[in-house]
Amino acid sequence: MPTPASTAPTPGLGGAARSRPPAPGRRARRRRAGGHLLAYALVAPAALFYAFFVLRPIVASAQYSFYDWNGVTTATWAGFDNYVAVLSEPKLVGAILNAFELILYFSIVPVGIALFAANLIRSIAASRLAAAARTVLFIPQVIPLVAAGIIWSWQLSSDGLVNQVLRAAGLDAVTRAWLGDFDTALPAVGVIGAWVQTGLCLVLILAGMTRIDASLYEAARIDGAGPVREFFSITLPGVRQEIAVCVTVTVISALASFDIIYVATQGGPGDSTLVPGLQIFYLAFFEREIGTASAFSIVLMALVIAVVLPLQRLLRGSES
Amino acid sequence: MSRIRKTRRRALAVSGVAFSAAVALAACAPPGSDGADDASTRLTGDPTCGEDAVVLDAYFETGFPLPGALAEEFTRQYPNVTFDIREDQFAVITQNAPRTLQDSPPDLMRLPQMSELASDGLLLDLDPYAEAFGWDAWPASQLEQMRVDEDGSRGDGPLYAMGLGYSMTGVFYNKELAAQIGMTEPPATLAELDGYLAAARDAGITPVSQFNGGATGGLAFPLQALMASYGDTAAVNDWIYQKPGADIDTPENLAAAEHLAGWIDEGYFADDVNSIDYAQMMSRFIDGESLFMFNGDWESGNLDAQMPGGAGFFLMPPIEAGGAIGAMSAPATYGIAATAEHAECAAFFLNWAATDEEARTIEVETGGSHPMGPADGVMPEVAEGSVTAATLAAGAAISEADGAMDFIANATGAIYAQSWTPNLQKLVAGEQTPAGLLESVQADYESQVGD
Repeated sequence: MPTPASTAPTPGLGGAARSRPPAPGRRARRRRAGGHLLAYALVAPAALFYAFFVLRPIVASAQYSFYDWNGVTTATWAGFDNYVAVLSEPKLVGAILNAFELILYFSIVPVGIALFAANLIRSIAASRLAAAARTVLFIPQVIPLVAAGIIWSWQLSSDGLVNQVLRAAGLDAVTRAWLGDFDTALPAVGVIGAWVQTGLCLVLILAGMTRIDASLYEAARIDGAGPVREFFSITLPGVRQEIAVCVTVTVISALASFDIIYVATQGGPGDSTLVPGLQIFYLAFFEREIGTASAFSIVLMALVIAVVLPLQRLLRGSES
Repeated sequence: MSRIRKTRRRALAVSGVAFSAAVALAACAPPGSDGADDASTRLTGDPTCGEDAVVLDAYFETGFPLPGALAEEFTRQYPNVTFDIREDQFAVITQNAPRTLQDSPPDLMRLPQMSELASDGLLLDLDPYAEAFGWDAWPASQLEQMRVDEDGSRGDGPLYAMGLGYSMTGVFYNKELAAQIGMTEPPATLAELDGYLAAARDAGITPVSQFNGGATGGLAFPLQALMASYGDTAAVNDWIYQKPGADIDTPENLAAAEHLAGWIDEGYFADDVNSIDYAQMMSRFIDGESLFMFNGDWESGNLDAQMPGGAGFFLMPPIEAGGAIGAMSAPATYGIAATAEHAECAAFFLNWAATDEEARTIEVETGGSHPMGPADGVMPEVAEGSVTAATLAAGAAISEADGAMDFIANATGAIYAQSWTPNLQKLVAGEQTPAGLLESVQADYESQVGD
């Protein structure tokens, strides 16, 4: 259900002009027309940038995806060959499947942890500990993803912190090069992602919780509800919008992930952490298969939309 | 209400116009172009840098001080020539090479795998300069790797690059750890090397900490060394040069891959080999945490400085004593963009780097590598017992045995990151067989060369 605000350009003056009571006469009409012109003039620069830096590349990618092109010499028409390659080569399909597995670590785990932590923090909201906990959990969000990738690849290396802790606990048998092992590399990368995303979700969900009317909790307590019942009956429905935002943002970051994996494993070992973003980069800049890379980008864009739109409807739609 | 609807319609119209403008911008013709003005036609008389002030636009690799040192010395000898040097990691150069060569053509550029760059017409044909400077009188094998024919296969055709020295690979060893396991001199046969590897493992010393993590499959070094022990280096070169019908999946190479798999199974490589990067390998070797390291002479100067007298070097031994030897040996390739502004002066610099006494000394002492140039070119003195002395001697031996191969990772632009590396990592994890490794690489190779 689109609102006028989301489709009509109504920044600044345009909006102000409209909220004024309608004045009769030609002067007023002229002023109104002038207001509209001004509104378009104000929007124009942004719209031009948007067209040039967002729409044009998308259209260009769509065009390249139908060519066999090395990026330099004249391209030859390839029809749907590039799309067939993207959807049939095991390596490329594997990358897509890895991205879906990452949703577990980049989205479900952080949202779960954030919900739990936010609920705890809310219950101790007044104390200093709450502020400290909020800060600690949000810090990963401030750290650049590349830095997070580097920090964690040290911690997960064979002599890193993770293995030192495991050894100290007598779990020598479990220690391994987490990012260099075929079975653990993808979950290990997922841990990095979860660590980064939890902060964002926590802050969003906490903000949502402060909007919940305190009297609801009071009423529930009078009715004899415990903390679990409170959480499921009041808190969770109360932060539905925030969860929807968290899930959307983190699912996109899982499907379109690049930086953390590029820094931590570069898709290795083997192809066990290869994701579409990384493979598009390899195709375009190492194999110089601009056509296949563009086709993969378009497929990735379609995938993200295909996953996120139903999710949006699911998480938000049932509210009304 | 109607006003709102009108506004909305108009907004739609505006965005529609913007969108179709974007479409029109992008969708006129097939992308790309063929034309480029070639700078090679301007050569008249002996190439020089002239007397006027010249600024050479250079694009070098980060972490390698040699080209910068040579540039400095060149400016000292020819004060009218200065350098505007830009540096990037090799991976970045690899990604950007086609666009850089086309859009901001450097006079001198460190080149990645070059067959596609040459066949796309992005590099200057250096043959006129080779003739003018007399490079054709040098040992032909020096320039062979930098010749590309019109189909993009290497080894023949016009010369598209020049080396600032050539590097060679083999096995470095820690002398102190070697003494502990009774290795007093380098192994003469592959069986002896196997014995030392086993002895080190049994003594609790990590035999090899080779880099093989991320996108860098460093087990390609021992694999190719074993290929030279088991088979003929010329066949491997044919494959790297994209000669028609060349196949990496041969019985000899299979034996080499199986030997490597045997080393993995025996536990001769560090447990975490699939997560070790190049820098970790170097620091572990220098800190005495591993006995052997498969690497190249570009580290000779570094090792002489970091562990003086503590490191040795030998070429991968043959199967039988006195048998054929081989090593990965490749020039550090520098090319001139097809449309470079100062192509003549850049070519003059490349010739100077191979023939000037001071330049050759810098190449050995700073670069650790053997200078290009005539077989009887001047060589500087190096300290006896140093790694540099050992690698230079090994280089001479390889040159005499005609055992130089290019790197199997250089066969195509993507074969290393997309094929050797994942397959070697799978081999370590037991998810790939030696036969499957070669088959899979050959299949990727054919699909990449076929394009």
